[in-house]
Amino acid sequence: MKRPKRPPRNGPGRRDVLLALGATLLGVQAARAEAAPEIRIFYLHSRERAPTISLLDFPATNNGLAGAELAVADDNTTSRLLNLPGYALTDIGWRPGDDPLAALAPLAGQPGALLLCDLPAEPLLKVADALRDKSVTVFNIKSPDDALRGTDCRANIINVSPSRAMLADALAQYLVWKKWTRWLLVYGSHPEDARLADAYRRSAKRFGARIVQERVYKDTGESRQSDSGIVLTQQQIPLFTQGAPDYDVLIAADEHEVFAGYLPYRTWDPRPVAGSAGLRPVAWDPSSESWGGAQLQDRFVRRFHRSMTPLDMQAWTAVRMIGEAASHAATSDPARIVGYMKGPDFAVAAYKSEKLTLRPWDWQLRQPILLSDGRMVVSVSPQKGFLHQVTELDTLGIDRPETTCKLK
Amino acid sequence: MQAQVTCACLLLALAAAAATPARAWTAYVSNERDNTVSVVDLDKMTTVATIPVGQRPRGIAVTPDGKQLLVCVGDDNTIQIIDAKTHGVIGELPSGPDPETFALGREGKLLFVSNEDDAMITVIDVPERKALATIPTGVEPEGMGVSPDNRILVNTSETTNMAHFIDIGERKLVTSVLVPPRPRFAAWRNDGKEVWVSSELGGTVSVIDPVAHKITHTITFAVQGMRSDVIQPVGIRFSKDDSLAFVALGPANRVAVIDTASYKVRKYLLVGQRVWQMALTPDGKTLLTTNGLSNDISVIDVGDLTVEKAIHVGREPWGVVVAPQ
Repeated sequence: MKRPKRPPRNGPGRRDVLLALGATLLGVQAARAEAAPEIRIFYLHSRERAPTISLLDFPATNNGLAGAELAVADDNTTSRLLNLPGYALTDIGWRPGDDPLAALAPLAGQPGALLLCDLPAEPLLKVADALRDKSVTVFNIKSPDDALRGTDCRANIINVSPSRAMLADALAQYLVWKKWTRWLLVYGSHPEDARLADAYRRSAKRFGARIVQERVYKDTGESRQSDSGIVLTQQQIPLFTQGAPDYDVLIAADEHEVFAGYLPYRTWDPRPVAGSAGLRPVAWDPSSESWGGAQLQDRFVRRFHRSMTPLDMQAWTAVRMIGEAASHAATSDPARIVGYMKGPDFAVAAYKSEKLTLRPWDWQLRQPILLSDGRMVVSVSPQKGFLHQVTELDTLGIDRPETTCKLK
Repeated sequence: MQAQVTCACLLLALAAAAATPARAWTAYVSNERDNTVSVVDLDKMTTVATIPVGQRPRGIAVTPDGKQLLVCVGDDNTIQIIDAKTHGVIGELPSGPDPETFALGREGKLLFVSNEDDAMITVIDVPERKALATIPTGVEPEGMGVSPDNRILVNTSETTNMAHFIDIGERKLVTSVLVPPRPRFAAWRNDGKEVWVSSELGGTVSVIDPVAHKITHTITFAVQGMRSDVIQPVGIRFSKDDSLAFVALGPANRVAVIDTASYKVRKYLLVGQRVWQMALTPDGKTLLTTNGLSNDISVIDVGDLTVEKAIHVGREPWGVVVAPQ
């Protein structure tokens, strides 16, 4: 760890006490701010706990929610100083298989609510459509589904999480720069894996890589590491990857953690792995310390005693987007907040080298993508030399001329 | 390492004795990645010594008498006091956690430190080496600028995105002005009539009226053939007569020279890579810039607005100060 001297903090920290003190110093102003209506943010929180290949990757129960909580604290500091209304977060649970609409009771009587959704594409769409009449804006902080930015796009969904196309393009640009352009594409048997494979095919074509062969790894439900797992995996993976045409890098598309984690060091040919294991394109990595990232990581770890995941970052970013729009538009009215966010002056900073803005054709947040090896950030895309007439961030994902989205 | 330092000091002493200085200034550069401070002789235009300091040195200042250097070593949670003659660390200041940068009050007695992780400012009595107060501010406080009359401190907060005006006597927040994303630096005109605040990700400099607390002008930048998002303003310095302002543009590798009467960019000077902080020599004739990714400082002639030279320093140079003599 970088800061060995700092003692662990429990209970109300020095910072909390100081913030409280700050409020007292501000006196009358603070009292007035408290009286003003709060900006209420709802967080529809998936309670899904799917197994992971590595024990280290098993998500905490507050995965995502913690990022939103930190951003609410950050936003509240701003609103207190500006004497604007504060922010409050309401956590709503959802379990896979449940009707997501049944979970929305807390939103009753909250027209124009701001709702963060940590849900897969299908229930997310259901929620967005059900709440459209109530002018609720849904922030997609989880699903990478390209359809949400294409044929299934909605005017009341803001896509904070990067799409599969953006993630695949980010990795492809780096591999092309590396001149590792012959890919062995291995994808899983879940529909999401097939969609991710589509994204890699598109990226290969776009940036000049070649997929030398494709293989499907079937989820037979028995491949988790267990008592004898190591021995079995050591036999299975070399066999599965045997006899491939010559390739530079194996690209794994495995969104359900079935096999990708087993690929590195076990392939028949000695080749690097990228995609869902090895070198992964991500929205955030707990080792990212550039552009002020060290401060955010430190704030997060001190508060939650764990690392900040991509989902935490996406939730943090969504809440900061709300805060940034609210303070610049000087309003607590959700409609005006979203209006400012969708306007030309909006930008948010998220420790990723440049400001992030919204694409007006599908309400996708433009953002650099980190390439992580699980220990540190190897590179950040867009890569140098991939040019664009508007912003190089639009070399990642579906650009305006090719969009199939008709916002409605 | 000790031998090396002693040897360098001797050289410096010899140089001081031998040369009849045209400038005779010494610059000190904090090297974030090397945990050192480079000592640069501006007559010889070369690095003459390297001082080992604590972890992650960033903010750097020199006392008005030129005898002591103050260096924020954020990962050690302290500020080190360094003797400018012997180059030895002679003490520490109780900075609070993770000090990134600071401003020294005009008389050199009070030091205002931004504690980046804790959303607060620590006020330190430098001669007494004592923390006097902490002032809550925005999230990730960064830039610090003390008004010429020593009454108002302007602090920028990178995540709250504001310039906070703090009454130094009362040690109290007066008001906050919202600015574009990631404000990094606050600089007062020498005549105290304006405060300029750079927004790294907003790509702008906000000119603020310090009485009305309103933004009166927003300065933007455009370099031909360069995407606007790599133009990221950080450090700001005014010429002695306030007629020019210099703005370091980060990864655009340029310093913008601005006519302060018209708020128009007069010229872009090409310097090293990722230029962040700057310092003027006491005579106002030379401007130095730290170039984080090319590990050097650029020397700019303020009179004819040309870049004279690059001087190699340590890895990731962050801050620079010039000692009076």
